[in-house]
Amino acid sequence: MFNTKLRNILLVIVVIIISLIMVNVLHQEDHYNLKLEELRHKYALKEVPSVVHSKLPELQRVFKTPQEVTEACLSCHTETHKEVMASSHWNWERVAYVEGRGISSAGKKNVMNNFCLGTTSNQKSCAKCHIGYGMNDNQFDFNNARNVDCMVCHDNSDEYLKGASMAGYPDRTVNLEKVAQSVGAPKRSNCGSCHFFSGGGNNVKHGDLESAMLSCSREVDVHMGANGMNMDCVACHTAKNHQMLGKLYSVSTDNTNRSTCEQCHTSTPHLRDVINRHGSRVSCQACHIPVYAKVNSTKMAWRWSDAGKLKDGKPYEEDDSLGNHKYMSIKGSFTWARNVKPDYMWFNGTADQYLLGDTIQSVPVQMNTLHGSHNDRHSKIIPVKIHVGDQIYDKVYHRLVQPKLYGEAEGDSAFWKDFKWDEAAKAGMKTSGLPYSGQYGFVKTEMYWPVNHMVSPKSEAVGCAECHTRNNGRLAKLTGFYLPGRDQNKTLDFVGYWMFILALIAVFGHAIVRISMNIAKNKYEKQIINYDEDKPIG
Amino acid sequence: MQKIYIYKRFERFWHWVQASLIIFLALTGFEVHGAYKIFGFEKAVEFHRVASWMLIGLIIFAIFWHLTTGEWRQYIPTTKQLKEQVIYYLSGIFKGEHHPTEKTGLSKLNPLQRIVYLGFKLVLVPITIISGILYMLYKTFDQNNLIVIEDYPLSSIAFWHTLGAILLMIFLVVHVYMTTTGKTPTSNIKAMITGYEELNDEQEEGTVENDKNQETK
Repeated sequence: MFNTKLRNILLVIVVIIISLIMVNVLHQEDHYNLKLEELRHKYALKEVPSVVHSKLPELQRVFKTPQEVTEACLSCHTETHKEVMASSHWNWERVAYVEGRGISSAGKKNVMNNFCLGTTSNQKSCAKCHIGYGMNDNQFDFNNARNVDCMVCHDNSDEYLKGASMAGYPDRTVNLEKVAQSVGAPKRSNCGSCHFFSGGGNNVKHGDLESAMLSCSREVDVHMGANGMNMDCVACHTAKNHQMLGKLYSVSTDNTNRSTCEQCHTSTPHLRDVINRHGSRVSCQACHIPVYAKVNSTKMAWRWSDAGKLKDGKPYEEDDSLGNHKYMSIKGSFTWARNVKPDYMWFNGTADQYLLGDTIQSVPVQMNTLHGSHNDRHSKIIPVKIHVGDQIYDKVYHRLVQPKLYGEAEGDSAFWKDFKWDEAAKAGMKTSGLPYSGQYGFVKTEMYWPVNHMVSPKSEAVGCAECHTRNNGRLAKLTGFYLPGRDQNKTLDFVGYWMFILALIAVFGHAIVRISMNIAKNKYEKQIINYDEDKPIG
Repeated sequence: MQKIYIYKRFERFWHWVQASLIIFLALTGFEVHGAYKIFGFEKAVEFHRVASWMLIGLIIFAIFWHLTTGEWRQYIPTTKQLKEQVIYYLSGIFKGEHHPTEKTGLSKLNPLQRIVYLGFKLVLVPITIISGILYMLYKTFDQNNLIVIEDYPLSSIAFWHTLGAILLMIFLVVHVYMTTTGKTPTSNIKAMITGYEELNDEQEEGTVENDKNQETK
């Protein structure tokens, strides 16, 4: 009696539990992510400036030089120059501890790249993206507050423009009065004036930062989309005391002061735990940036060895069908790509760069090395753009050559005017204070650009099976660790498969023997019966 | 000959739910392993996870049932007539001989079944379930929202889990075939559905009348 009751109760409990689980499984409604909703609310409210600069009497005047504007700024913001002059935007270098180097400083001053190679001896041109005035050469005075360019970041009139090869001075057409009166918090166009056009053109370097993001859809960038949250760069890249949050590992080394997705989204942003768990070894970007260079092309390869060809003694350019430069006499040949699937690498937040004067360790030369590995628990898989190329190096000293590219006029030994590598190398290395053997060649290079922007809406995120697949998955090149769905123990699978097949064969064989023996026996019995039936007649 | 109530209600429920869960887990599991595509990786993972918790729940109930009813004694291994049982399956069965061991309500498993099922319960299923739980919790969050990663390599966990799965599939094939070796090819399966099987009636306990009495008590 008691047993039966207990059994029935147990049965009911089991049935209830199973049906509850099934209701949960079959209930496929998209849950409401409150975390995301709170963020949307937080960033929907745009800040209203507490001061309108056009109303300030200090700015109701004529400015003859940009330095006068800076002085006017400092007359109220009396200590702000100290903050700015402590930033990497101003110093073009950061001091950090680097594994293998010790305490070293790296930045645009001494880091080389495989685009326009390096700033040394080319400052006048490169300083278009320095927040200062008058960086003609490597003698720039980094302690002169008058030369801080406040306007390039704070102009809200879209009027300001730095001149080409003017050592960081504004273009002569700029109306300084108008700009000074319309300063405010940096907009996308301020950041973009340098960061969209680095490398000498739109989207050349980054691939995920370009002028299309001034006004784009959510599909291009879910944060910045005009039909979405319409956020500015500084919403994430906050700047307490003018120290920008965030860094890029083409010029940065240590794992500090990074701008991360987690700073808003936390490390458990998903409703499904299995996806949150991926966050221990997979960066947010790896899944949420399925492709980069979504609108305009980005440069994927730059071969300097092709540079210097002339037509009728004159430099020329060739474009491809999309209007991208295919060849330029001054720069060499290029490969461009659009809607690029990123490469993937392990990265732990520390990096090293090829600094001017370093000896070449391996070919292709790693312009920057992203540290990380699958067996380093601080590493995550990140998406990267790999920019490849070749560039001039010293065959005797085994180091990359810093050539003098930019020059005012012909005969100044600048490559962009004279097209003579030897003289450009000699001049550039002299300015750099490094020996040059006179024997140059071209060496293959690779540079790694972590892809962090152009985050797609969640419906576009990389699906599970794009990595968890036997062949040609996105992570096919990352080996050495076990990825479910991609990897298998080949011996076990082989042995297991054949054991299963053998079991099937054994079972069928056994069954066939059983059935045939049975049939034979039945026939034998039938014959006997027939014989018995025949007997009386016979 | 008499109809004997041999498989209790919970036992039958447990058997068939466990069978369907294991088959479903194999279907989704080998898809996660990359062997084929049916549900798609994402769905397969989700289904596999849910079904695995259901199986674990079911097995907890089954262990409870085995212990409280004393049915676990059915699985005490014996070597008595083990050899005869093996020889029967290898030759006697073809000649139409009778089973060397008698199936009764008190001893419903033959010596070979006892050893194989005990291995299934104490080795095969635990290997698969423990490796599966480790697989599931391989990376997890602690209270501070930080991530704890196991140092034990995932490839080893996956090895044991795959091994268990393959052996379970081999068990399934042989087990299903062996059910056809009863009095008639379907008598064993029918017994596992209805609970009743026609057995030789020389036993003391477990007759229809006795059992019905028990049920209504």
